[in-house]
Amino acid sequence: MLDHEKVLKTATKIRLEDIEAKRVLSYKYKPNLRYAWDNGVALGRYLTELKNGRIIGKRCNSCKRVLVPPRLFCELCWRPTDEWEYVKDTGTILTFVVSHVNWDASRVKPGQRYHTPAVIELDGAGKDQGILHLIDEIEPYDIKIGMRVQAVWRPPEERIGAITDIKYFRVIGG
Amino acid sequence: MGLRRVAIVGAGITKFYRYAQETPKELAYEASKMALDSCGMTLKDIDCVVLGTAPDAFDGVHMNGEYLIDGAGGYKKPYMRHYVGGGTGVLSPIHGWFHVASGMFDTCLVVAEEKMSSAFPHPAGAFLTIFDHTTEQPLFPTLIWIFAIEMHRFMHRNGYTKEQIAHVAVKNKANALDHPSAQLGAKITVQDVLNSEMMAYPVNRLDISPTSDGAAAIVLAAEHVARRVTEKPVWIDGIGYCLDTAYWCNRDLYYPDYVEVAARQAYQMAGIKEPSKEIHVAEPYDPFTYKELHHMEGLMLCRRGESVKMLLDGVTQRNGNLPCCPSGGALGVGNPIAATGLMKIIEIFLQLRGEAGKRQVPGKPTCGLAQAWGDLMQVGTVVVMRV
Amino acid sequence: MALVERLQETTQVGYWCGEIPLEYIYTYGRAGEAFYRTLIEKEKILGAYCPQCDAVFVPASIFCERCFERIEGNYRELDPVGTVETFTVLYKNLDGTLKERPEVIAMVRIKGAVGGLLHYLREVDPKDVNIGMEVKAVFKPKDQREGGLKDISHFKPL
Repeated sequence: MLDHEKVLKTATKIRLEDIEAKRVLSYKYKPNLRYAWDNGVALGRYLTELKNGRIIGKRCNSCKRVLVPPRLFCELCWRPTDEWEYVKDTGTILTFVVSHVNWDASRVKPGQRYHTPAVIELDGAGKDQGILHLIDEIEPYDIKIGMRVQAVWRPPEERIGAITDIKYFRVIGG
Repeated sequence: MGLRRVAIVGAGITKFYRYAQETPKELAYEASKMALDSCGMTLKDIDCVVLGTAPDAFDGVHMNGEYLIDGAGGYKKPYMRHYVGGGTGVLSPIHGWFHVASGMFDTCLVVAEEKMSSAFPHPAGAFLTIFDHTTEQPLFPTLIWIFAIEMHRFMHRNGYTKEQIAHVAVKNKANALDHPSAQLGAKITVQDVLNSEMMAYPVNRLDISPTSDGAAAIVLAAEHVARRVTEKPVWIDGIGYCLDTAYWCNRDLYYPDYVEVAARQAYQMAGIKEPSKEIHVAEPYDPFTYKELHHMEGLMLCRRGESVKMLLDGVTQRNGNLPCCPSGGALGVGNPIAATGLMKIIEIFLQLRGEAGKRQVPGKPTCGLAQAWGDLMQVGTVVVMRV
Repeated sequence: MALVERLQETTQVGYWCGEIPLEYIYTYGRAGEAFYRTLIEKEKILGAYCPQCDAVFVPASIFCERCFERIEGNYRELDPVGTVETFTVLYKNLDGTLKERPEVIAMVRIKGAVGGLLHYLREVDPKDVNIGMEVKAVFKPKDQREGGLKDISHFKPL
């Protein structure tokens, strides 16, 4: 039923060079999209504790998870969460990546370190309860799933109350 | 259930390109007009329009659905937009199904469009904003990270290797050579995939589907209209859709629960008890090579941990017992986010009617399935069709 | 459980700043390309004629939105004149600061067409603008035209 000829006529292939050379006309626009997102109670506490060098979660007594980042309701049990509870800043690598590309698809330059984000199951949070963060102080391709890691914090005077108050996690023995 | 039977009676699709000159409206028009022409209908015969187009951030037009609408035939018609990231294309017929099955409308034009090429420096950059803005975005994550993270976990838990998974790219890109819309049909080898540029271990460049511009459309009709309009209506017999939590770090990514939940809904509605036997042809969503396998397991087309065996045994080839992605999939045809799922629906539609040309799987299949996925490893959308 | 965050001072609200760092290059499409080239080269407004609806649509489009027929190529070059369908007078800029002079934006229905263009209306006192006024386009010098709506500098009364 799909007529090859008809389909071919539906769209016109062009390349970026055609736009740059004005063989194809275009309009360029940069929207001014800047945001200030309210933290709310739970995230606000999370960020404040990060500034203090600690990771805090909130327990749900129904599914027994300690939710990190903390939230006021458990999305699985659909009920308000219970006590605040600190978790350790050590954990286990559940999975990781060695990324040769940056956020905008440009390539990491020769000499720069590849990005190594990982999902890290924090001690005390519960099975598979991980957070996204970066791994460093190890050759990217030496990282293995299951390695034990510990947070490396910024010095107290440099912390601002952000996830980046933890610089990265490093691999520890045992 | 008290709801009416709904059939797909026509389909249209544009060519997919990395950069197309056409505006979103023009792309939508080309696909919509082709769909109407394919079943001899005009805009007057259409009672309502549903449209899916994924993030406004790609096309660069806020409220993209409303902007597109005259190209999708929506002039002075009842219209709704739906959107679940990559899952949109299979949610489209589901959304349209409700309109007709409920008895409110007799016909529905279902359109899906995406123009990713407007976004600079690269459409991938738009994905920066799907992550949590406070706890994840400061780390500058990319979508490739999240796929690589999932692929790594999938390989680790199941003991799969990159060589095995690469066969999906080889199969799909070869299948795509026969699809008129295809952007990247090609004959490649497993070695080509492994040698292609490393993007983010374990994902190589040829493991990934391209960003694309494109649109697709189908026409849905209630039974009494369908039988008038075509000799081979394809019935939507099962629908399922399910969303998982956005806290994607709090689950084990090796298995897509959300796809299984959606699949169960669809199978129950369609009366399917053994999907691996009763589904004759499938189009699982394959934005990355491993995803086809990941979804095959979630769709219960095989047991957990057995998808690679099915692939390597040739079961999922066009002449195998359960062909998967005979169209060439996202990997071969292209991935204009919302339109890809609808391209897969159209493929099953054509396969069940015996009209897929060189892509036709043998054996006169009568039951097929299309599935899509989207967001932060979140959504599963499934449609089961029969002829 | 009622609304939860209740603060005594506004400075207590915690927030996180960020942005969506994208920019866009929009192509005009097949009809749009023809429309803007006609503006640049011939100083005419390109419309497209639908025989079924007996109407010329501006800007030109490859399809008629009303009956969905393909009208690609049924192009008509129209003189850049029209009437003010409606207008407004702007006193402030997008950032809230006061404009030096009030600015008139008008929806100009192009003569002979269904549809028109939104553009600046100048060389007239805002007090003297009225609906139905006849206006015509003033183009930028040819070497300054870039292929966009601003190749027309503004509209002015006939």
